[in-house]
Amino acid sequence: MSAPTDPHDTPEESSAQSDSPRLSRRGFLGLGGGLAVGLAAATGFGVGRATAPSPAATASGSPGTYPFTGVHQAGIVTPAQDRLYLAAFDLTTTSRDDLITLLRTWTTIAARLTQGLSAGPFGPASGPYNAPPDDTGEAADLLPAGLTITFGFGRSMFVGTPSADGTPGEDRFGLADRLPEGLVDLPHFAADDLDPARSDGDIVVQACADDPQIAVHAIRNLSRAAFGTATIRWTQLGYGRTSSTSTAQLTPRNLFGFKDGTANVKAEETSDLQEHVWVPGSALTPQTQWLAGGSFLVARRIRMRIETWDRTSLGEQEGLVGRTKGAGAPLSGGTEFTEPDFTAKGGDGKPLIAVDSHVRLAHPSENKGVRMLRRGYNFTDGNDSLGRLDAGLFFLAFVTDPRTHYIPMQTALSSNDGLMEYLTHTASGLYAVPPGVPDGSLVLGSDGTPVTTDDSPYVGQALFA
Amino acid sequence: MSRRPVLTAAALAALVLPLVAGCVANDTAGSGPSASSSGVLTVKSTDDACEVSAAEAPSGTVQFAVTNAGDDVTEFYLLGDDGLRVISEVENVGPGLSRDLVVQVKPGTYYTACKPGMVGDGIRAEFTVTDSGSDVGPTGDTADQISAAEAQYVAYVKDQVGALISGTQEFADAYTSGDDEKARSLYADTRVHWERIEPVAESFGDLDPLLDLREADVEAGTPWSGWHLIEKDLWQPEPDANGGVAYVPLTQEQRDAAAADLVKYTQQLVDEVNAPDFTFEAFQIANGAKELLDEVATGKVTGEEEIWSHTDLWDFQSNVDGAHVGFEVLADVVEAQDPDLADELTTRFAELQTLLSAQGSIESGFTYYDDLTDAQIKALAAAVDALAEPLSQLTATVTSS
Repeated sequence: MSAPTDPHDTPEESSAQSDSPRLSRRGFLGLGGGLAVGLAAATGFGVGRATAPSPAATASGSPGTYPFTGVHQAGIVTPAQDRLYLAAFDLTTTSRDDLITLLRTWTTIAARLTQGLSAGPFGPASGPYNAPPDDTGEAADLLPAGLTITFGFGRSMFVGTPSADGTPGEDRFGLADRLPEGLVDLPHFAADDLDPARSDGDIVVQACADDPQIAVHAIRNLSRAAFGTATIRWTQLGYGRTSSTSTAQLTPRNLFGFKDGTANVKAEETSDLQEHVWVPGSALTPQTQWLAGGSFLVARRIRMRIETWDRTSLGEQEGLVGRTKGAGAPLSGGTEFTEPDFTAKGGDGKPLIAVDSHVRLAHPSENKGVRMLRRGYNFTDGNDSLGRLDAGLFFLAFVTDPRTHYIPMQTALSSNDGLMEYLTHTASGLYAVPPGVPDGSLVLGSDGTPVTTDDSPYVGQALFA
Repeated sequence: MSRRPVLTAAALAALVLPLVAGCVANDTAGSGPSASSSGVLTVKSTDDACEVSAAEAPSGTVQFAVTNAGDDVTEFYLLGDDGLRVISEVENVGPGLSRDLVVQVKPGTYYTACKPGMVGDGIRAEFTVTDSGSDVGPTGDTADQISAAEAQYVAYVKDQVGALISGTQEFADAYTSGDDEKARSLYADTRVHWERIEPVAESFGDLDPLLDLREADVEAGTPWSGWHLIEKDLWQPEPDANGGVAYVPLTQEQRDAAAADLVKYTQQLVDEVNAPDFTFEAFQIANGAKELLDEVATGKVTGEEEIWSHTDLWDFQSNVDGAHVGFEVLADVVEAQDPDLADELTTRFAELQTLLSAQGSIESGFTYYDDLTDAQIKALAAAVDALAEPLSQLTATVTSS
């Protein structure tokens, strides 16, 4: 077996093989100074930038940075980093100008942080001695760790939140007529047990990096910049990416111990990305053209009943998933990337891949050919009062339209998937992810780094045009 | 601000360089090769020299990265053309350390001065600020405004401690005489005067813990005194809320002692504040305003300050009052230095006050903390954060003048 079977080894090994040798900061300094490292990173960055939006940066072997600007936002087809910190914000302002100012400020900070710069021009240990530093500092001395920051807009930003008694929400920002048709209220799926306090939100910010401290630093500084305009509604830490978004990456494992996302849309599959991930202008009304080149992000916090799963026989586990636990091959035979043969039958006349197996129900052939770009992470948020791990899969998927690419599949899964016995969806969010900030549009200050001005660009700018 | 239509690879490399170099430099003395490119002047202060990397700079924001390369603690000054007026300074820079001086300067002639050993006139050099065309607000002329602010604030503090001591005496009398109902009715209203000026009490070291320590903060084996000891005795908890054991009311002797301590320590505060040499400087007022909001954020908006009486919103309002007075007395200075900050603070104070006023007033009473909904608490917390973030800029703004 070529793949490691210990799930604890998987994230480390896969990233080591697929990305680049990971060097600690200390290791770098030992190589003879930060300047040389800076040049190396700059080169990798420049290559990545010149070929944006391809994920060339990692191919160069530099542990550096991904371009922030581009046709699409980074953090979607970017090779999935190991760590996630995702925050959903609620806007506390009702002023459209304040919202725009926030997005402008956030865009500059994100452009800076993703390139390894400090949040503000002074940095964490400089600037006026009687003022708090303009960067919180915990990312100093660390490498950029491939940080990407991706922004999305929730339905409530456009039309508010309806009250329990059915009173419609309020269009606080004059955006109701710009609501994309695909940004629906997700229906209640069978076995959903959603906590409203950790679902939805006006704006979502996904920070991914190979170092959790880098991801947390990003959300922390963005949150600080939002005081007075938006507050955090909920956040989710994730580790051990559960999907690969590039053919260069090994398929990782989820907390059930199985390879997850084998059939994921990969960055290299350009035509599939166009068909299944990006929102084409042709699918949008004139009022919602601002989303062209963007995507939809589905976020689902899926708690796993780990303890009972672990008491389940290997045979039943493989039967429920429809793949082997070791190599991830379909039970109809072959290796991980062999197409499953749903017609193959065993000696007892039953399908080798059970009709209620996860791989069958989630397969494109069962879902009108739709695929999704999954970018989920494992989570472990402590434990419940019974001493059971509050752990599972934080499912993230980017799709061209949730009405065709998520809701039908999840409807089938939640009703028929044998795995649902071990799963509860505890939180949910759906967000429209605008296209990227165009290359070359950032406004640079006298030191050559991005600054916020009255006309600096921002994520989602076309929405407010 | 330059706006580049196309980012070339070379420009991108330039963009990245300072960042990684900056990371390396963050915990070292200088900011390295990136310093000159980003307009930062370096100052090397040694025992007998003061090397400034340039003798002139364009008007606007000027940043000096001061490194003490000598053996003594040093200071660095930017002085006006008379060589006397201090435009701005950094003090107490230990050997081997660096500190930034960031200052707004108009075109003109200035003097730089390092003062190794912190004595004498320092090692001076002429420094020219050329006209960059950028707009610079009034600087260096706020001494009168500052001293007026300090005088106003000291007067406010004296007024508050006067009300505090008389209210405390009345409260103590009711409590020792067994009139618990009256004591309960006076509790929150009297503490208002304490909470408004708490940073002043904190400046006297021991007085704050002697008067305002919460039970959870009492170190095992040390005596507990002050307001919250009596609070608990006036709002006696059920065993569930008392670590599972029945609350034992204070005896009359314990009551008398607790009340006497409260009056005694409060009188000490009154005496300190009324001492002829009592001053409270502008930076202390500004820091105090921010600290009052920190008090709200950590103690009041969480309901931890008044866990027995649940009168947290009285304290909340009082802290905000005190912070607002701090801002108001400094408003002219802030307006001159940073009108945008002044506007934002005015707006944020008003927004927070609107939320608080929806829950009552000191005169008519507030909603008890345990009657607030989660949504109301979150809205208050968000308004506190919204105010505290710009308020954290107040000290730097006031001291940069």
